[in-house]
Parts: sequence; C-alpha cells; structure tokens
Amino acid sequence: MPGTKEIRTKIASVKSTQKITKAMEMVAASKMRRAQDRMRLSRPYAEKIRVVIGHLNKANPDYRHPFLVAREPKSIGIIVVSSDRGLCGALNTNVFKSTLMLMREWQGKGANVNLCLLGNKAAGFFRRLGVPILASVGGLGDRPHVKDLLGSVKVMLDAYRDGTIDRLFIVNAQFVNTMTQKPVVTQLLPVETIDAGELQEHWDYIYEPNAAEILDAVFMRYIESQVYRSAVESVACEMSARMVAMKAASDNAGKLIGDLQLVYNKARQAAITKELAEIVGGAAAV
Amino acid sequence: MAADSTIHCDIVSAEGEIFSGPAKMVFVPAAQGEIGIAPRHAPLLTLIKSGEVRVQTPDGQEQFFFVGGGALEVQPKKVTVLADTAIRAKDMDEAAALEAKQRAEEILKGNIDKIEQAEALAELARAVAQIKMIQKLRKIRV
Repeated sequence: MPGTKEIRTKIASVKSTQKITKAMEMVAASKMRRAQDRMRLSRPYAEKIRVVIGHLNKANPDYRHPFLVAREPKSIGIIVVSSDRGLCGALNTNVFKSTLMLMREWQGKGANVNLCLLGNKAAGFFRRLGVPILASVGGLGDRPHVKDLLGSVKVMLDAYRDGTIDRLFIVNAQFVNTMTQKPVVTQLLPVETIDAGELQEHWDYIYEPNAAEILDAVFMRYIESQVYRSAVESVACEMSARMVAMKAASDNAGKLIGDLQLVYNKARQAAITKELAEIVGGAAAV
Repeated sequence: MAADSTIHCDIVSAEGEIFSGPAKMVFVPAAQGEIGIAPRHAPLLTLIKSGEVRVQTPDGQEQFFFVGGGALEVQPKKVTVLADTAIRAKDMDEAAALEAKQRAEEILKGNIDKIEQAEALAELARAVAQIKMIQKLRKIRV
C-alpha cells in the first residue's frame, strides 16, 4: 500500500508534537498562576513606598529631588522588558513594536534614544538597530529577583543623574487577563507627582541622618520596585501568552490529525478496493 | 487602651509582605544604631542597615525578621519597614552595574551568538560523552 505508510508516520509525528504543545500549555498555566501571585505580592511594597514619598513631598515642598525635576528632553532612556524564551505568541513583538513607536516619536523630536534591555529576546532584537544600549540583563527565568535587576536599574539611574538621559521610560506587557496582554509605556523619571492620599495633619519627620540622603534611597527603591513589578508582570504575560499559543497549537494539531486520518482511511479503502478488484478480475480470467 | 498601647507594624519587601500586625514595641537596626519604637513615637524617617528586626507582639512574644537593609518610616500609630530583599553594598551594586554594561557591549558586538554557541558546544560534548559511555556498556554486554 503506497502512501498509507507515509500518512501513518505523519500522523504519529503530529501526535507527538501535540503531546509536547499540550505539556507546554499545562506547564505555562501553572507557572502563570504563580507569576500572578508574585505580582500581587509586590503590590504592598510599591504602595507603601508611594505613600512615604507622598508624605515626604508634603512635608518639605521646597526641596526638589533631581528625580522630580523635569528637564528639557534631549535624550531619553527606555527600559524594554521582554521574555527570555519564545513560543509565546505575539507578546514580544507587540512590546518591541510599541518601543519602536516610542523611539520614533522621540527621535522625531530630535532626542537621542538609549536602551536598557531586560530579557534575551529584547537583546536579540534591538542589537540590530544600532541604538546605544546602556545595560542589559538576561536569563531572569520565571522568578525574576530584585537583585538581578539592580545592576541595570543603577546604570539607568546614574545615566539620569549625570544627564546622559533626561527621561526614563519602561515598556512592558501589561496583564489585562489571560487572553489579553497589551504593551504599555510608563514614564519612570522624572517621577510624576505622587498623591499621598488622605493626610490627616501636617507634620515633619525626624530625619536620620539627613533628608536628602533618605529621599535619594527611597526614590531609588521606588524606581527599582517599579521595574521589578514590570518584570514580574511580564513573566505573567509570557506564561499566559504561551498558554494560549500552545492551546491553539494543540487544537491545530488535533485538526490536522483528523484530516490526515481521513486521508489515511480513504487511501486504505482505495487499496482494499483495488486489491478486491484485482482478485475478482483474476478469478474471472481463470 | 488597646489602641494606645500598640502600634501597627508593617514589614514589606518588593517580593512580598513579610509581617503585618499590631506590636507593643519594634526594634530596628537603624543606620545610626538600633532603635526601639514604642507606640506614639515621633514621626521618623531613616535608613536601616542589614540586621534583625524584632517585633514584640501584644501577647508578649517576640518575632524576628532578617532584613538586608532598607528604609523605616514611623508615624505615631504606624511603623513601616521597607525591607530590601537583597543585601546591598555599594561595591556589590557597582559590580552588578558593570556586569549589565558588559553584557550590553557584548550584544552590540554581536557576541550573544557566541555565548549561545559555547553553550551548545558544551551540551554537544556532554551528549557525545554519554553516547560513548553507552557504547562501552553495550560492548561489555556483548
């Protein structure tokens, strides 16, 4: 039976592919849940630090930290958060696309663009562009740690302090729900005014050792926590995007197997019919 | 009375909430020495060193938390410890920054493929060694 064997092996190969995509789908689903938990866990810190900065602003309105002062944007920095691995649909492509749009917008205004890349996929994509890359970190894995991000964030903050960049943005995928992730651009520096919310009475703190130093440390941690949150959110997005992509792949494999099975059955039936006809023809000839 | 004799204490880090609840007294390793915070402490903002944060809960027990540094905010009815997850030292931060820069340079040079290539080669060497071992075992069996 020519043809049927090939179809059989083809079905077997598609089936094994389907097994892999199904496994990846399930792994991504469980990892997504954990990533979402981590996203939730990072929230209290960010909120508390926001409140502290808000209080600080209210307590000494005359002191302006460099991170609060908006300068003429001659040069900007963009932190791009991407995943380390592929097979997660259009997630990274969408993030890169909105990064490119942001870059074009600022380049149109005559500003230089400097990049900071988180994740291997961004490194692979942006190195072809010939845009200066100030810092990069990859291999963050499924559980990014704050300490892995500190180095790159410090490079960008230093660049902001010494005037290499006048504005700092972060582009990452935002987790809307399991099915949708959309790229968002957030301005990190200068920090847009933070509202402390309700503040009962006016007071000033006792500062130890001095206000400027504390403010500096608190601001640095605030930016770091924002970058960390983006990285964690990006992981949650990656996992849910991968889950959806792998589900589609498994479904497609199932469809393909169905079609191939049909072709196989037809070929087999044709072969049997042919054989029967030959036997009957042979018998008639005798 | 209960509201006056306790102070609400929150210890949070970027990677999660560590402690939240009432306390009789909180001891923190501040930048200029350990301080104890009792209810109705004056508003204070300070940096903390890496060390132990002790929380005395209202039932008289003590809980210990290790923090790698961070910031401390005190309000009359609330203590907030913003803990760092990583132990940070100036030179360590510097080293991490340098590493990030180096990687960026490598990407620009196009060396990232080389890194991947090296990893793949190592993987290949491992696989070859495994195959050799299997072949050896087979020979012995035959």
